Amino acid sequence: MRAEVQAAPFIDREEAQRARNAKLERIGRWVLPIAIMILAIWLWDRLCVWYEIPQYILPRPGVVASTLVSDAPLLFTSLLVTLKITLLSLLLAVVGGVGLAVLFTQSKWVEMSFFPFAIVLQVTPIVAIFPLINIYVDNQTAKLLICSWIVAFFPILSNTTLGLNSVDRNLIDLFRLNGASRWQQLRFLRLPAAMPYFLGGLKIAGGLSLIGAVVAEFVAGASGQSSGLASRIIEAGYRLNAPRLFAALILISAAGIVIFLVLTLVSHLILRRWHESALSAER
Amino acid sequence: MTTEVAARHEPLLQLREIGKTFANGVTALKAASLTVREGDFLSLLGPSGCGKSTALRIIAGLSSPTAGVLDWRKSLDKDHIGFVFQEPTLMPWANVFDNVWLPLRLKGKSRTEAAPAIHELLERVHLSGFEKAMPRELSGGMKMRASIARALVTRPRLLLMDEPFAALDEITRFRLNEDLLDLWQDQRFTVTFVTHSVFESVYLSNRIVVMAARPGRVFRELAVDAPYPRAEAFRTSPEYAALCRQASQVLADAMHAEGR
Repeated sequence: MRAEVQAAPFIDREEAQRARNAKLERIGRWVLPIAIMILAIWLWDRLCVWYEIPQYILPRPGVVASTLVSDAPLLFTSLLVTLKITLLSLLLAVVGGVGLAVLFTQSKWVEMSFFPFAIVLQVTPIVAIFPLINIYVDNQTAKLLICSWIVAFFPILSNTTLGLNSVDRNLIDLFRLNGASRWQQLRFLRLPAAMPYFLGGLKIAGGLSLIGAVVAEFVAGASGQSSGLASRIIEAGYRLNAPRLFAALILISAAGIVIFLVLTLVSHLILRRWHESALSAER
Repeated sequence: MTTEVAARHEPLLQLREIGKTFANGVTALKAASLTVREGDFLSLLGPSGCGKSTALRIIAGLSSPTAGVLDWRKSLDKDHIGFVFQEPTLMPWANVFDNVWLPLRLKGKSRTEAAPAIHELLERVHLSGFEKAMPRELSGGMKMRASIARALVTRPRLLLMDEPFAALDEITRFRLNEDLLDLWQDQRFTVTFVTHSVFESVYLSNRIVVMAARPGRVFRELAVDAPYPRAEAFRTSPEYAALCRQASQVLADAMHAEGR
């Protein structure tokens, strides 16, 4: 048996440099933000000590962390309430946004007639609409849902409408040639073609539905046992309980980050085999 | 034998004095008359703006003429047309198999029902083993092969092709030319092929209709009498050169005759 002789691949200096840079970039992408974050927290802690800032104005990070643990039952129950509103409204935004978009693309006339209403809903600040919703709707959950839905559904509607209309003309001709029905054209052509646009809208809507839920709760001024994180923040503000305020804030922003990451992952998994946006820059 | 030959040369469809004027006043086609016979490999050759693509779209029923009559031989309908666009026009979210399946799927054929026909055709266009590949993983030539397979999967009587190889490199184009001729001789469909390449039209067709622009119209018809099968050797033969010279001359005349 002959021993396999494997020559080391010849790499010139430029290629070696490029490989090194790529490796550094891969590491830096994770290490840098984490390092900066740790540095910022350390600086926050030091500032509190150096300037002897009282806890009710700016609590030290350690205190916030221990509050997060000690108030966990209260805070996480509230987080669940807020998340329930957020996810429900996101779900309704998907159903409503996609449904309306499909309706719009079935007829130019429908789109022309109703799109302005969607825009009016979008551009009017939700805080200004809320008192009306407050008068008309009794159920607390329904109030918050409507509010959050109004904020979240527009990006899905407008993106999906754009996507449904951005179909290769030749493919439409091909479907016509093969005698495709309206339903077949929607099912096999327009909906798949709109997918990247829809997912882009969904990512925006995910963040907005959380914002909508929190804002709605703020304006509703809901309090009591089954209330969300926003009411915990208001409460803590009144009582100058800054550590709990910070802890609640951290939870909200963590929820937002998780929602964003999950939606990004979903979008990547769906598009990775065909869409330009999901391709790695390997060439 | 003789009856079959006769059947092969019967008119499949006739364009009689077909005209097309768009809403913006542009006349794309004026009084164009031509006959496509069963078994023809007919090329529409001409400069851009001569209405060759418009003629093809009118034949396909994608566009309706503003004047004239389109006469199909009886018992033919849309099911008998396959169309190949200038771009491969594959659905980027579907793999090769699903793309080729599409025309059958739209007619209600299930995946299992359609599979034998699809596999056979993919083998004919040399794409066996690429069923699961996504369009973006294919080269330009392979995408075009998939597109041709899709057009042929319904076993059309008439294959309409709108400059299908214009965007490909020459080597790929030559290979696809040959494979298309093989398929045509084997499966005996009729082809109407739009091109602006003299060399391609001479290599492929038995009839060339030269068109002129401004307004788009039929200028003259040429017969290419070289026998099939035509292989790579035909490209270098003096006969081919002579035919190309002749066709180029007619095309030059057509461009000279443009209304200015």
